[in-house]
Parts: sequence; C-alpha cells; structure tokens
Amino acid sequence: MDAKTLIARRVAQEIKPGMLVNLGIGLPSLVASFVPASLGVFFQAENGVIGLGARPPEGMEDPHLTDAGGSFVSAVPGAASIDSAMSFGLIRGGHLDMTVLGGLQVDEAGHLANWKVPGKMVPGMGGAMDLVTGAARVVVAMQHAAKGASKIVPRCTLPLTAMRRVNLIVTDLAVIEPTGAGLILRERAPGVSVDDILAATEAALVIPDDVPEMTLS
Amino acid sequence: MKGALTPAAAAQMIPDGASLMIGGFMAVGTPERMIDALVARGARGLTVIGNDTAMPGKGIGKLITAGAVARVITSHIGLNPETQAKMIAGEIEVELVPQGTLVERIRAGGMGLGGVLTPTGLATEVEDGKQVIEVDGKRFLLETPLKADFSLLAAWQADYVGNLCYLLTAHNFNPVMALAGRIVIAEPESIVPVGVIAPDAVKTPGVLVDHLLIRAS
Repeated sequence: MDAKTLIARRVAQEIKPGMLVNLGIGLPSLVASFVPASLGVFFQAENGVIGLGARPPEGMEDPHLTDAGGSFVSAVPGAASIDSAMSFGLIRGGHLDMTVLGGLQVDEAGHLANWKVPGKMVPGMGGAMDLVTGAARVVVAMQHAAKGASKIVPRCTLPLTAMRRVNLIVTDLAVIEPTGAGLILRERAPGVSVDDILAATEAALVIPDDVPEMTLS
Repeated sequence: MKGALTPAAAAQMIPDGASLMIGGFMAVGTPERMIDALVARGARGLTVIGNDTAMPGKGIGKLITAGAVARVITSHIGLNPETQAKMIAGEIEVELVPQGTLVERIRAGGMGLGGVLTPTGLATEVEDGKQVIEVDGKRFLLETPLKADFSLLAAWQADYVGNLCYLLTAHNFNPVMALAGRIVIAEPESIVPVGVIAPDAVKTPGVLVDHLLIRAS
C-alpha cells in the first residue's frame, strides 16, 4: 500500500455517520473512496455542492458540476447546489462537521501552515483559512516528511493558516493529536515503531504507555 | 434590463483601467464569450476581482495571458503559473484574500454594508494592517467592502427582463457579484421568454442586470 492510500484509509475512520465533510484537493480527496455510502455522509465541495459524488462515466461529465479542484464529479441523491456565500457560511458558521486538509507544517501548538512558501510558492489560501477557522473538526492528512525533513516541527516557520489548533494529524507513520499539553502520539502505522516515529519527527511528542497500530478502512 | 448586446459591444463599454468582478470558480460559471471579447479588444490595465485566475487558456486565465490585467483581488492563483510568474515579475499586483472573506467583502459591497467581521485570518498575515474588533469577548477582523465598475456574470438561463438562474456548481460568486458591480452584464447559455423561469427559481432578479449578451451564433 502506498503512503497516500494508507493515510486516506486511516482518515476515513474519523468520518462518522451523517457528517458533513469537506475534503481538500489532492491527498484528502482520496478519503471519499474509503467511506461507505451506508454512512450517509455528505461531502461538501466549497465551490458549491453538498453531496459530491464520484467522477461520472467517460463522456457523461457535466461542465457545470466540478469539485474545488476543477475536476468533474457527480452528485448523490439529496445533493444541493449552493452559491459561495452559503458555502462559506456553512464553513465559517460551524455547520461543517469535519474538514480534511493537506499540510506543509504542523507545530507543537497544533498550528497548521499550508498555503505559502515565501519566495517559492504562493498559490493563495483559497478556502483553507476559513475551513481551519470554522470547521468543527480539522484533520490534517499529510506525509510525515518532505525531502527527508520532518513536517511536524517545534514551531511553524511558514506562514500560518489559522490560529486554531488542529484536532488530528494523520501521516504515513503516525496518528498524532495536538492538545494543550503538546502533541500526543496516538497510533503507529503498520510495521512502524515508536522509535521510528521519534526519529522522523522534529517536534517533541508525548508518548503514552500504549501506542496501538492504526486500524484502516 | 437595458437590452441585449453583442460581446464586442459589451467589451467596448468597458474602458481600459476598469474594475471588473468576474464570476466563476476555476472557470466554471465564467462568462467566456465576454472574456474573449475583452481579449479581442486588447483591453489593458484591468482590475479583476474573482475567486481565482483559472488556468492559462480558460476564463480569467485568458485575460492574464493577454496582458489585460494590472491587479487581481482573488483567493487562489495556484493553478495558473502565468499569474504567479507575472506577480513575481511585478507585472501584476495580486491581493490574496481568504475565499470566504472575499465573497463576504463582495456581499458587503453589494448590500450596502460597511464591512464584515470575520475570525478568518486572525493571527495570520491576513491580519496585517487591519483593525481587530472584539464582540462579546470574541476577536474579529474588520474586512472592508468591495465594489466594481462592472460585474460580468455567467448564467444558465436568462429571461427577457434579465432574471437569471444557474446550474449546480456554476453558481459560485455570480449571485453575490450581481449586486456589487455598477453595471452588470450577464452571459446566459440561453434566453427564454418571461415566465419560463418560475419566480421561485430566479436566483438573480432582473432588476440587478443591465445587459445580457446575445446568444452565441
């Protein structure tokens, strides 16, 4: 199993019946395929649909129905189309149960940086700042390291996305919960030891007596 | 509603240096024929307010490529490398605004409000230079209204009095921008007799629309 699939399958475990969930573009969007339809979850795409569905069959795409990355999607029964003011009212107003986003860095305070690398990459924040500020639960889905450097750091050196502490970090090595008492190591990826995780993490981690292996969807 | 125009006639109405709100999200729900006419006219020095700058060859991306744009107020430029290159070269000034804040600033401009108070952007670069206001013990950023000389909208159907309705994720910023431009030009996919669009289906009342673009030949 590749790292992205592992992360997506673990994040899918966080999604509970009846939730309204926003998945970021890229890795987070993979999560949807591991959430069974029987859960009755609605996925929101911030460009204006509640009830995002899978990509339509070849040749059946509708140019008026895309996700926030511009890819063709379908809609599930019960879907609703909304404008951007309503879409961000849902997000900022606390009506969104969970958002899953990618990350560049998360620090010991649980702060996320994911929208800018000064001097190198300035894509803009899009909806990320509103999502992290307003969603009831924020899950960061990212690789543990980039080019050998830990993405979980003592203090973010990149510009922050929001002041809010994220609720959970899911990587290809670990599940980590940011709390007021620091970053707590909750789970290990299959075949990965606590020592492996400590060696790959620049930030300080709080290690409970028992750190079980992840369960995957 | 003052009547239907050809795209070329509409482009003639829009002077160099004008400020434009342009509907769309990654070019879904963007008035493409209107943009093509502005490119064909050789428009210069435009300020564009829109969710993103799409990608080269689509939507607002065509105006960027053509060198028509001096300033962009937007949430995301990550999928248009030309916008980023022109920003770095100093040819385009880019103001990045969180997406939910952008739509609320436009809404404030169109609805006669003096601004909006949002928690999004607190303790980030977005806070720089802005007033922080405390309401019931919570801190908010004061974000100021946006207005423009023209709003350029894309709609699914229009009727003869300019009532508009939209499809699926092609709503996005269009209904909000309809209030915030001094002159509003809508590009519908079809124009239908009055009565075909039921009053409950009208998302933008025709009283807000100054001109429709005639149907594509």
